[in-house]
Amino acid sequence: MTSPVATLNASFDEAPLTLVRRRWQPGLLVLLLVAFVGLPWLGNDYWLNAILIPFLVLSLAGLGLNLLTGYTGQTSVGAAGFMAVGAFATYGLLLRVPGLPLPLALIGGGVIAGLVGLVFGIPSSRIKGFYLMVTTLAAQFFLEWVFAKFPWFYNYASSGTISAPRLELFGYNLGTPVGRYLLTLSCVVLLTWVAVNLVRSQVGRNWMAIRDMDTAAAVIGIPVERYKRMAFAVSSFYLGIAGALWAFAYLGTASASSFDINRSFQILFIIIIGGMGSIAGSFIGAAFISLTPILLSHAGLWLFNGNVDGGQLQNLQKVLFGGLIIWFLIREPEGLVRLLGDLRERIKAWPLRF
Amino acid sequence: MRKILPRLLFSSLFVLGAQALLPAATQAAANQQFFPLATYRVGAYASSGIPVWAGMIDYLRYINEVEGGINGVKLVWQECETEWTAEKGIECYERFKNGLDGAPVAIYSPNGAPAAYALADKAEADKIPLITLGYGRTEATDGRVFPYNFPVMLTFYSEASAFINYVAEREGGFDKLKGKKIATVYHDSAYGRETQGPLALLAQKYGFENIQIPVADPGNEQAAQWRQVRQVKPDWVFLRTWGVSTPVAIKTAARFGFPVDRIVGDIWASSNEDVLPAGEAGKGYLALTPYPGGAEFDIHRRIRQYILDTGKSDLKDPKSFGSVYYNSGLVNAAIAVEAIRTGQKKFGNRPLNGEEGRWGLEHLDLNDARLKEIGYLGLMQPLKLSCSDHEGGGAAKVQQWDGQQWKLITDWVQADRATLRPLIDAKAAEYAKEKGVTARDCAPQ
Repeated sequence: MTSPVATLNASFDEAPLTLVRRRWQPGLLVLLLVAFVGLPWLGNDYWLNAILIPFLVLSLAGLGLNLLTGYTGQTSVGAAGFMAVGAFATYGLLLRVPGLPLPLALIGGGVIAGLVGLVFGIPSSRIKGFYLMVTTLAAQFFLEWVFAKFPWFYNYASSGTISAPRLELFGYNLGTPVGRYLLTLSCVVLLTWVAVNLVRSQVGRNWMAIRDMDTAAAVIGIPVERYKRMAFAVSSFYLGIAGALWAFAYLGTASASSFDINRSFQILFIIIIGGMGSIAGSFIGAAFISLTPILLSHAGLWLFNGNVDGGQLQNLQKVLFGGLIIWFLIREPEGLVRLLGDLRERIKAWPLRF
Repeated sequence: MRKILPRLLFSSLFVLGAQALLPAATQAAANQQFFPLATYRVGAYASSGIPVWAGMIDYLRYINEVEGGINGVKLVWQECETEWTAEKGIECYERFKNGLDGAPVAIYSPNGAPAAYALADKAEADKIPLITLGYGRTEATDGRVFPYNFPVMLTFYSEASAFINYVAEREGGFDKLKGKKIATVYHDSAYGRETQGPLALLAQKYGFENIQIPVADPGNEQAAQWRQVRQVKPDWVFLRTWGVSTPVAIKTAARFGFPVDRIVGDIWASSNEDVLPAGEAGKGYLALTPYPGGAEFDIHRRIRQYILDTGKSDLKDPKSFGSVYYNSGLVNAAIAVEAIRTGQKKFGNRPLNGEEGRWGLEHLDLNDARLKEIGYLGLMQPLKLSCSDHEGGGAAKVQQWDGQQWKLITDWVQADRATLRPLIDAKAAEYAKEKGVTARDCAPQ
């Protein structure tokens, strides 16, 4: 007769004592070296100004929204509103606090955006799902209205736009394309590092528990409401810094309409297409959303230069871009990050079948 | 981290691989001048954009094929889609700023307010002059602070002043303005608010009552605003809407019984597309414009003969020939071409770069004789730019919609630029202070 108690036939001797061992990986070093040294050295103005800087800023915004939507499960369509807060707050700080160094102004802008996010996150303790999404929609419209309505925010400029004050750090002029690129890259790398550690810490695990089932999370003793509000604040901090970089490092100017509802949707699409609840997904999604139209435009020029009517060509690119999005989402609803991950596994197993 | 990094690496390789694909495919040669065309053929404003590009391209084609280029320098152009956004506008600018296969850029038209604001600093760093016709930063009129921005012909300040001058003309003199009620119904955006400063100043000067009534974007419901207009009973209404809010305003005004021939639309409320949807209600509507509609100017005769009738026009709908937007494209292209021609007098008959293009713009002098030669007399006002004055003209014509087409009812109504200049200088000085810019000295030439 067999024992009624189930036994495990594997021994526990090889069970890992530490869960994940982290080391400095050569891949990471190479990537950072390329990004910090190689690209500024090789890249021309077009690459820095029109491709790399917007890609990095959108990645950061996607990352910020991913912390809220992908990790904590709180859908938000107000991302651009918080970006606007970051941009206008940074501008206000640089303008009205003389002698404030740029990094502090950026952090200040982020903190103010985070506080505003905290306020707009309060409804999350009572409502969820679509209803919460509607309150973030209200935040979007409210914030956009505030920055158009009150001239104090844009220093009474006749056109309602704010423009980047001199970007300087320790006397070094960051106004050049390379300077603005390095500023953006440093912010993105630093904040990505923080985010990676944050989602791996207890905070991140609590967020994910709330995302997966908030009742269960409450039962095991996670203060659900507090962590939801915290997710709003942290996410808005990231979005605020992304907004300031968008306004000053990328466009060089901004008005309330730079952060309209379409920008919010763009950022939401970045994380949906890139991959919810994945930090790399934010980067991949941003690359897809910001680079594919440019690639299509160049391809269109190259293939049909002058032979096809300009308007038709533009519309064709839109159709193609939309088609690609649909195709990718049908192939892999979990986003491009999953698609690329599968591809990588397949290549590892090659020539065997995956 | 272990999973993320290879993915990151992979994605960046994908990005880099893209560069290899980006081709530089066009067949331009030396001795050609590049005309970058930042266009918007898709998106919300495409319907207004399409006739503008047709006007520009038709004129450039006319210069190339009939006049053999500008003093023998042929023009090449390429389009880039901006969708009227700042981001794509920057992408297009960066793509084009180094020229096209050796053909340099002398002048760049951002074609869209967001892109114009975003490019202002970049163009200055790259020394490429920007033309913003009928939009853009008003304070850029002060060329000492904004050496590479040219809000040519009519800024929003001049527009407001030209409107008041037209009203004075209709009322029978500036002294008659005292006590009159002039309401501005405006699109509540940066663009709409831009005339508040000059109108307040002019109200103070002439003693009329200045009433400002905002219309929230997009403005497809304006009953509240026009009810307010009916209560106030203004003598004149200055309509500074744009897009869908213009026909809605005209229709709602008619519904509330406000006479449409007492409404004067501004530059962006003065096209065929603005009045056609209003139907019958639009009959008698007035509008200010620096590039009036009509296909009877001399340049239209030439373009019809050589371009339109030979099937080389970029226009898909020949009915748009001579529309306000088409004519604005003609005017914009002509300013650029004439500025290059002016620059060639100093630098020789060769393609010019941005710095030389700016010299050409700052020495541009289109008087009536020259306008007659190029076929623009009546379509375009005399325009003289200088180092300290990047606007030039400052006049508009008033046109009236008769239900079918625009009829010009005035000659050029000149703005009172001297009164407004101190306001502009103050704004420019404030900008210079905020950005730490030192103004150029314009005295010695």
